[in-house]
Amino acid sequence: MKGPRYAMVVDTRTCVGCAACVIGCKAENDTPDGYSRDWIHSLVAGEFPRLRMTIESRRCNHCEKAPCVSVCPTGASHVGPGGTVQVDPEKCSGCKACIAACPYGARYVDPRSGAVDKCTFCWHRLEAGKTTTSCQEICPTQSIVFGDLNDPESEVSRLLKTRKWYVLQPDAGTAPKHFYLE
Amino acid sequence: MTELESGRNHLLIDPSLHVWGWQIALYLFLGGIVAGIMVFTGLRFLGRTPRPPSLAMALIPWFAPLLLSLGMLFLWLDLEHPFNAWRFYMVFQVSSPMSWGAWILLAVYPSSVALAWVSTREALGGPLGPRDGPWSSLWLWLTRRLAGVEGWLRAHLRGLALSNLLLGSALGIYTGILLGTMAARPLWNSPLLGPLFLVSGMSSAAAFMLLYPLSERERVFLGRTDLTLILVEMGLLFLWMVGLASAGAASQSALALVTGGPFTASFWSFVVAVGLVVPLVAEWVELRHGQVPGRSAAVLVLIGGFALRWILVFAGQASGWSSEMALM
Repeated sequence: MKGPRYAMVVDTRTCVGCAACVIGCKAENDTPDGYSRDWIHSLVAGEFPRLRMTIESRRCNHCEKAPCVSVCPTGASHVGPGGTVQVDPEKCSGCKACIAACPYGARYVDPRSGAVDKCTFCWHRLEAGKTTTSCQEICPTQSIVFGDLNDPESEVSRLLKTRKWYVLQPDAGTAPKHFYLE
Repeated sequence: MTELESGRNHLLIDPSLHVWGWQIALYLFLGGIVAGIMVFTGLRFLGRTPRPPSLAMALIPWFAPLLLSLGMLFLWLDLEHPFNAWRFYMVFQVSSPMSWGAWILLAVYPSSVALAWVSTREALGGPLGPRDGPWSSLWLWLTRRLAGVEGWLRAHLRGLALSNLLLGSALGIYTGILLGTMAARPLWNSPLLGPLFLVSGMSSAAAFMLLYPLSERERVFLGRTDLTLILVEMGLLFLWMVGLASAGAASQSALALVTGGPFTASFWSFVVAVGLVVPLVAEWVELRHGQVPGRSAAVLVLIGGFALRWILVFAGQASGWSSEMALM
């Protein structure tokens, strides 16, 4: 694929689960009460006192093979510029097939418009010439990195080459572009 | 010990997905009956020696557009942005079964209404309207136009019957494909859901038709056909379960919802016992003893057909890929 291919990398080693990314997104994108485009997911496993905790800052995975796009009957869910997955609220009928088709629970119905909404990788900021998303900008431990996978010099490419990473539910066959560093 | 904490708490998604409710279950049930009525009506007109049908049988085809309208009302009620429903008809999305369905539903209307009209006119011939009175000239104009359309339809009766057969099958299958193509919902994720919904819809349609005062010959035919359909449906349900049981972990835990989970009691009692086994035995005994199939088994088949949709809609949404699913 020519042109940029945007992706996000989250470092689970440095993330402390402070939820600043959630607040930053909410302030930036004015999501309705009770809804957010990103959230903190933490899993504690083991027996006290030997416990381990994995914290993930989660959002839309902007999948390469996005099931929400192929299932959408009106073309509202579509692959936007830079390989990002976007929703056109003007075209959305609120049939919710995309919510059922998403294995990550990344989508919700905005009660104000009746249209489906989710993380856009802060597309309005990129269009305005910025190079960061709001969650990335606000992260106090700099655990969130956004960038172009097709650029071998980008921070995301460098991290994915040098660190061990995983994606969520790879067996669902969606080829996510949201990575977690172990 | 494993403890999960999620900051996400979205309506319709958490703690488990429930975007689709009674509206979708009812639509799938009604859509299945419509599909079955269209297939049966199409077959009746494609038959080589069409004997005159009973009045009820001749009028039953009208239930296809009527019940479909009711089902589509429920579909519309389910939309979160209902006044954007016209967007379905601005585009054809080849990868979206729902888009296929929207266009199939649109094609079902003219085809089913046309065949219902021909079927009614064959049973109730004669003049179309009053020959005198204040509106006689308008009636005359209208009936001439209608007679012209009717003549054209009769001349293309086989094509019309075939179109009902094909569109009815497409309607029955697409609803299953719609759920079956969602990899995110392992309980649905089976190609067998398409044929399962078609066969179950035809069985429900046969039962629905048996509720009306049909002739003895028609009742015996529908009772026998339903017996076969119930057997095929049981086979498809069995294969669907074998498919899930022999697939990956996500499919296995999805199957556990109906074999040892929250949907087990309702599935085995309403879908299998009430909807399949009891009517199968009842219809078999009836036919074996040369009795004309009554309405009791038919009512059970209808309950089972609705229960299948209801349970699949809700249980399917409870199935997923997340590792935390296994913890719940």
